[in-house]
Amino acid sequence: MIFDPNLTLNFILLAMLVIVAGFVAATRSLLAAIILMSVYSLVSAIWLVVMDAVDVAFTEAVVGAGVSTIILLGAILLTRGEVQKPKLSKLIFPAIAAVISGGLLIYAAMDLPGFGDPASPANAYVGHSYLVSTPGDIGAPNVVTAVLASYRGFDTLGETVVVFAAGIGVAILLGFGERAATAAPQPLDPTGDHNVVLRVAARLLIPLIALFAFYVQFHGDLGPGGGFQAGVILSVAVILHALVFGLRETMRALKPGFVRAVAALGVLLYAGVGIVCLTNGGTFLDYDFLFDRDTEDAIPSGLLGDPDAIHHWGQHFGIFFIELGVLFTVAATMVTIFYAFAGRAPDAQKEAR
Amino acid sequence: MTFLLQHLNYVAVIILMMLGLFVTFAGGNLIKRMIGLAIFQTSTGLFFISLGKVQGGTAAITISPTSPEAKALAAQIDPATLAQTGVNGVVYSNPLPHVLILTAIVVGVATLAVGLAIAVRIREAYGSVEAADIAARDRVPLPGQPAEPLV
Amino acid sequence: MNGFETLYAAPPALMAHAPVLMVVGPVIGACATVLAPNSRWAWMISVFATIFALWMSLGVAGEVARHGVITYAIGGFAPPVGIAFRVDALGSMMSLLISSVGVASALFAGHGLRHEIREEKQGLFHGGFLLCLAGLLGLVSTGDAFNAFVFLEVSSIGTYALIAIGGGRDRRALPAAFNYLIMGTIGATFFVIGIGFLYAATGTLNMADIAARLATLQDSRTVQAGFAFIVVGLGLKAAMFPLHGWLPNAYAYAPPLMAVFLSATATKAAIYLLARFVFTVFDPSIVFAGHFLDYVLMPLAAIAAIICSLQAAFDQDLRRSLAFSSVAQVGYILLGLSIATAAGISAGLLLLIAHALMKAALFMALGGIAMTLRARTLNEFAGAGRDAPWTMGAFAIGAASLMGLPFTLGFLSKWRLLEAAVEQQLFWLVAVIAASSLAALVYVGRMLEALFFRQPMPGAARAIEAPLGVIVPLWFLAGLSVWFGIDASLPENLANQAAIVLLGGPR
Repeated sequence: MIFDPNLTLNFILLAMLVIVAGFVAATRSLLAAIILMSVYSLVSAIWLVVMDAVDVAFTEAVVGAGVSTIILLGAILLTRGEVQKPKLSKLIFPAIAAVISGGLLIYAAMDLPGFGDPASPANAYVGHSYLVSTPGDIGAPNVVTAVLASYRGFDTLGETVVVFAAGIGVAILLGFGERAATAAPQPLDPTGDHNVVLRVAARLLIPLIALFAFYVQFHGDLGPGGGFQAGVILSVAVILHALVFGLRETMRALKPGFVRAVAALGVLLYAGVGIVCLTNGGTFLDYDFLFDRDTEDAIPSGLLGDPDAIHHWGQHFGIFFIELGVLFTVAATMVTIFYAFAGRAPDAQKEAR
Repeated sequence: MTFLLQHLNYVAVIILMMLGLFVTFAGGNLIKRMIGLAIFQTSTGLFFISLGKVQGGTAAITISPTSPEAKALAAQIDPATLAQTGVNGVVYSNPLPHVLILTAIVVGVATLAVGLAIAVRIREAYGSVEAADIAARDRVPLPGQPAEPLV
Repeated sequence: MNGFETLYAAPPALMAHAPVLMVVGPVIGACATVLAPNSRWAWMISVFATIFALWMSLGVAGEVARHGVITYAIGGFAPPVGIAFRVDALGSMMSLLISSVGVASALFAGHGLRHEIREEKQGLFHGGFLLCLAGLLGLVSTGDAFNAFVFLEVSSIGTYALIAIGGGRDRRALPAAFNYLIMGTIGATFFVIGIGFLYAATGTLNMADIAARLATLQDSRTVQAGFAFIVVGLGLKAAMFPLHGWLPNAYAYAPPLMAVFLSATATKAAIYLLARFVFTVFDPSIVFAGHFLDYVLMPLAAIAAIICSLQAAFDQDLRRSLAFSSVAQVGYILLGLSIATAAGISAGLLLLIAHALMKAALFMALGGIAMTLRARTLNEFAGAGRDAPWTMGAFAIGAASLMGLPFTLGFLSKWRLLEAAVEQQLFWLVAVIAASSLAALVYVGRMLEALFFRQPMPGAARAIEAPLGVIVPLWFLAGLSVWFGIDASLPENLANQAAIVLLGGPR
């Protein structure tokens, strides 16, 4: 048997995942569980890279280890609990159910095609056809972005709408952060310099983070990246500012109403691109109809670089605009969610509104 | 042995799924249950990605067959498979499951956010996020609703 | 034919894109409500968006009646490479139903929201509601399995948060919403796992394509596991017994607007998807699918009908009682589907329409007086029927349909179900339907007795008539239950067409 380093790495990482998940299940400290979840996400991200799923790894790292951890930490700040020791009797039924369904699943999984098989139906049919047809249809090197933004662009619209809906939901439930905005301003640290390192480092890091977010955004169709990852990274820059300089300061710079409006505008941009294609004679989200004939002829041929490559103006700009829409909505929603959680803190012990 | 190796991925992912499901059902603490749900959802993603891996393939980003990376990869695969499954001389992993799981991850974090928001509200209304405490407090009749119930 | 062939609702250029516009319109409306300057504007946008969706679904119904099936390749890529919408008679019936209830709910929201939610948040609420509507409409129109999952989650995420808002009035809405979120997400994830198995076996995500490829793969354990997971996942969403635990509390404590909208649409959309997978993607002629229908779905549905009717009879909380009856009605619908003949499926779908109309009317009537009367138990509602005759008159009509009194659609649909059961010699089903109808008589009768004949407690708050803005959509819904009870040609034609399509008839 040939020793395959990738395969071995795959098994080691999976074993690590199982161990970490086991500890998450067993631990009684919520903080430990959350940090372990963050570790779980990071190890998953590494595993995903080994599996050649680089875009997914990127998203898992940013969303799983990044945003999820922030939201979870915000939640335990507001709920402040340790897990009580569960009664053994309450554990038996779920355990039996899990073992039985797991066993049935494993039994069923034996019929699955072997791992890594290029000739399996999953890998040989539609999946393979994307690899073949992307250079001709779309022209973007990153096939995952091509599929995400063009071939299955409607799914991505749905996903953006899900993010938007979650932002709306959290804002309705926890508010707009107005408690922090109207609370008394935090007194500056009287002994002086405890936050200096944080403030200086944040001032350096925040613009770099934002720059990186835009880099990821605009290189999404050339390498791993795209609107979701960029949106989350951008929101992290804002959250870092709020953590270091205080929520009030951040909310003065980026008002909650403005942020919500940006989220709505992102979805509008995405749907708007689709409608424009529709009015130009194509179907919804058919980027080949994004421009009509005259506009296409007017675009200078060197605009997108290589004049010899097959030019798909519509596809390039269509993907560009919808990824921009995704960036707006995802970034704004993550910031709204952060405002909602962080802004609930001052009066968390009081009434139920 | 080969059969076991070829299916061990799925077994590991299924174990993760069941761990997540167990924590979701058995957790008495609402936050713990959301964490279990997150493990359950992400392990589903791992399942899809395992389906999409192609042996000897690389990430689905088109590279020129004459580039050094492509040549290094081609050296590890036998020419017949390369000719059959390769696209322009390079073997890639299946991009479709990646797209699906990207969507699923984002949906997962959206659900997590909403669930945690509800948990925070429960803490404010009931004073606890332990399921047993909440059930106990609901058995006690409420003294009366607040006069202005606006959210 | 179902009478829609002559309906040309819009110019052809617009109608060609109606399936997609039906879904995208409410999405754009939702963005507009979030951007709206005040709640009045947000409400008007919401009403306009729902009317637009209804208009588009009428256009779709016309096209489907003329051509049988309409497909729309989104992005210009033909399936299975791209995502395609595929609307047939069943899908167009569902989209008509959902968009009609959407319009009624949006109209109701004009008054129903004022006492539930702060002014600044009402725009967001309308936005969430419109996104929920868009998700449901997309769910019933899509031809792609993973797209169905995405729209399922679009409709669900908003729902969880919007139910939790009821916590302002009654804090029990919060654990109910949390429980619904957990169960619903597990259901959706099971659904995705099932799709994953199907993808592993067939290599495609387009439902018609999967159906074609499954014909040769019946013995694969992967396919069977996929089927099991899809059914359990959708069963959780559809409140199929015994996976219905989340529903009674969620509907009982939700804000009235959400109770109205959800009771009429959410489980129905999941039932649609379940029927789509069991009958179109898989086929009842496939051995394990047929066994599922006969030995799992039918008994569970029968148990649901009886047990949940009894639970409704024993519950003192009026709205939770109605919620239990919803689970029982879902049982009836699934009974009809499990009979798997044209008559049975048609009866099940007719029950679906009847239940949507009657439950929406019932919850809307309760919501109408809930704006001024805080009541939960039957005693607290005593005498409300006499104090608010117009509002509760519509409640009485809805209740009559629920009981199955003659001249209502509820009666007609139950009759059709009995006919279908007798046709297949399933006499034990007849006994089940009779027994549960008896229980229905009891719990509905109790409600009507408390509302119209019981004296209110001394010193208790009295109900006030709901404003006109609520009475109009309310009586529209109640009136339809009676109108269709007398002249059922429209829903019956829709249901029959849909049944034929499900069984693989003329396309």
